[in-house]
Amino acid sequence: MSSIIHGAGAATALSTFNPVDSKKLVSPSRTNLSVRSQRYIVAGSDASKKKKSFGSGLRVGHSQKLIANAAVATKEADTSASTGHELLLFEALQEGLEEEMDRDANVCVMGEDVGHYGGSYKVTKGLADKFGDLRVLDTPICENAFTGMGIGAAMTGLRPVIEGMNMGFLLLAFNQISNNCGMLHYTSGGQFTIPVVIRGPGGVGRQLGAEHSQRLESYFQSIPGIQMVACSTPYNAKGLMKAAIRSENPVILFEHVLLYNLKEKIPDEEYICNLEEAEMVRPGEHITILTYSRMRYHVMQAAKTLVNKGYDPEVIDIRSLKPFDLHTIGNSVKKTHRVLIVEECMRTGGIGASLTAAINENFHDYLDAPVVCLSSQDVPTPYAGTLEEWTVVQPAQIVTAVEQLCQ
Amino acid sequence: MALSRLSSRSNTFLKPAITALHSPIRRHVSTDTSPITIETAVPFTSHLCESPSRSVETSSEEILAFFRDMARMRRMEIAADSLYKAKLIRGFCHLYDGQEALAVGMEAAITKKDAIITSYRDHCTFIGRGGKLVDAFSELMGRKTGCSHGKGGSMHFYKKDASFYGGHGIVGAQIPLGCGLAFAQKYNKDEAVTFTMYGDGAANQGQLFEALNIAALWDLPAILVCENNHYGMGTATWRSAKSPAYFKRGDYVPGLKVDGMDALAVKQACKFAKEHALKNGPIILEMDTYRYHGHSMSDPGSTYRTRDEISGVRQVRDPIERVRKLLLSHDIATEKELKDMEKEIRKEVDDAVAQAKESPVPDSSELFTNMYVKDCGVESFGADRKDLKVTLP
Repeated sequence: MSSIIHGAGAATALSTFNPVDSKKLVSPSRTNLSVRSQRYIVAGSDASKKKKSFGSGLRVGHSQKLIANAAVATKEADTSASTGHELLLFEALQEGLEEEMDRDANVCVMGEDVGHYGGSYKVTKGLADKFGDLRVLDTPICENAFTGMGIGAAMTGLRPVIEGMNMGFLLLAFNQISNNCGMLHYTSGGQFTIPVVIRGPGGVGRQLGAEHSQRLESYFQSIPGIQMVACSTPYNAKGLMKAAIRSENPVILFEHVLLYNLKEKIPDEEYICNLEEAEMVRPGEHITILTYSRMRYHVMQAAKTLVNKGYDPEVIDIRSLKPFDLHTIGNSVKKTHRVLIVEECMRTGGIGASLTAAINENFHDYLDAPVVCLSSQDVPTPYAGTLEEWTVVQPAQIVTAVEQLCQ
Repeated sequence: MALSRLSSRSNTFLKPAITALHSPIRRHVSTDTSPITIETAVPFTSHLCESPSRSVETSSEEILAFFRDMARMRRMEIAADSLYKAKLIRGFCHLYDGQEALAVGMEAAITKKDAIITSYRDHCTFIGRGGKLVDAFSELMGRKTGCSHGKGGSMHFYKKDASFYGGHGIVGAQIPLGCGLAFAQKYNKDEAVTFTMYGDGAANQGQLFEALNIAALWDLPAILVCENNHYGMGTATWRSAKSPAYFKRGDYVPGLKVDGMDALAVKQACKFAKEHALKNGPIILEMDTYRYHGHSMSDPGSTYRTRDEISGVRQVRDPIERVRKLLLSHDIATEKELKDMEKEIRKEVDDAVAQAKESPVPDSSELFTNMYVKDCGVESFGADRKDLKVTLP
């Protein structure tokens, strides 16, 4: 299984391939996620709980000591199995959010059912009890209005974290996100900053239907003035959440419906991930595989098969969807000369399409083969399980593509 | 003692009854702050609340300031008209002449801590908030010295230090933003209010009702001001709204209908609304006003209304004429003094235009500034977002 190497440095090739960690990482197989889907349906039972109930690994106000070079320190945290605490990805998001709310009184959360209900994916569980109704706001169902409200509040200096219950619902707020969130800093000549974080789960889930399986990163990527990041592990989820809240720019944080129950051990010390940097998941020599979010796990599954067949793929989780970390990607392309992009967006106009263009423009001389992009099919996601499986990229297709590229 | 307002139809001046404190010597009165009480011509109509009193407390100084500010705004809009026809202003240019009483009346009732956010018809609101004429003209002509450094244009005037949040091109999108400003004021316990302005056209937007619901639910100090100039671009209100009583459309939110051509009535209503919002949450003010120009400079403004209607309003309800008659009838200034004042203002505006014409256009490097804070987003920052680690290609 995959090992997560917590390197944030662009140029360093991290070589620890620690098999111990691989057991901790739960792959998103069907059996595990049936738990998630049950929670999704039966979540009503949680609403009755009034007392604070945090996840297993949550430390409230645990050591807040900031390590001087936290980005480097995480490598050490990875190799030592004794420190750190284990938690699920949604708990990591909650931890990051809570730490930032403790740190800065201007941070507030708004969204549907984030307060008393605890969040439909439990990311904001317990926060309303701790911080009160004014800092964790249950909004009515009006994405356009509450996104606009968050942006208006941000113009005065507040730092709202706006949750879309599903990223697809944010299509209703597209005007606010594009025109006000993205452009106000520019059209006001720099007078206003919009330090909002817009976050929520997206991507193809387990038979959620077409409207609840959308990949908004492809629609938002053209908006000038915003930054987009996608988290994929508990470690980078917490780190990116914290970085996004601290950033003065509007950041859209894409989570994935199927990744909320990933378990991992993360450091006890405070740390932040860089918003604009990609993550080296597995260094290699033969081919660069660029991916993000859930597809990372499909890629790592394919990587196992590829290693058995004698290939040595370099897997990079690009994490930063806007802007692309062309520094890390470029270094990798210069080493391997072949690129495969595996994404969940649709073929037309997705992140992969833009990334293909960017790599071709910037690193054309270093490529020995055309850039291949594996994306989801250009169809609304069907409900039937078999059809849904065929819309997204599966590990077998990744293996085939690598074999073809590496001939 | 209440002095009756002139009926604007008649040209006879009633000899005003002078209050005990009021000095009869004209030369001093331009700075006289002793109170005068004036009755508004049109009563307020209210929904779910009490109307404010029709007697407005004001002073000679204030009325004179109204005149001066409104004349300045009128001149600015007319100058913008000429500049547009001379192709120095391009794109969209939405003029506010006819509606000046709104901007000045509102300013008289509030402080710079209270926030104002409005739509694309924002030139005069910007000036009312303390913006300079030369900044406005520079921005309109796309120069570097404009209030948004030439990058916003006519629809994107902002003035952060005066709590003026713009300047928005999409109809109705500023309403949720305005409720967000009110939310921040409540969050920070500012004891200030936000005036969210929109037009009769935007009053049919869903986001208005969404934002109103939230504002009423959370008791936000938001005052929604509907500038009803009776035309949403080319569509009259009776053709676009089933219920053109915009002050009542808040349903559970109180509303007030105000004569928007009367600066004193506007002042009274805004004062009342501010007190209400700080205690009881949102309130809607419908300002009955009129614009002389078309929707924008591309719209002649006469295909959907008659020229007689426009000139009729200009004769009977013009806000500047109203104030002029007040000043004359109360012996606050003479005809000649007012004419001189207008000449001065005309010169002031012309000077500002000339100065703006001389200003430089932005450098090409400005294309990429202010995209992101710390610019351009192709830089990778270290932990805590402070040190620059690398610049991505």
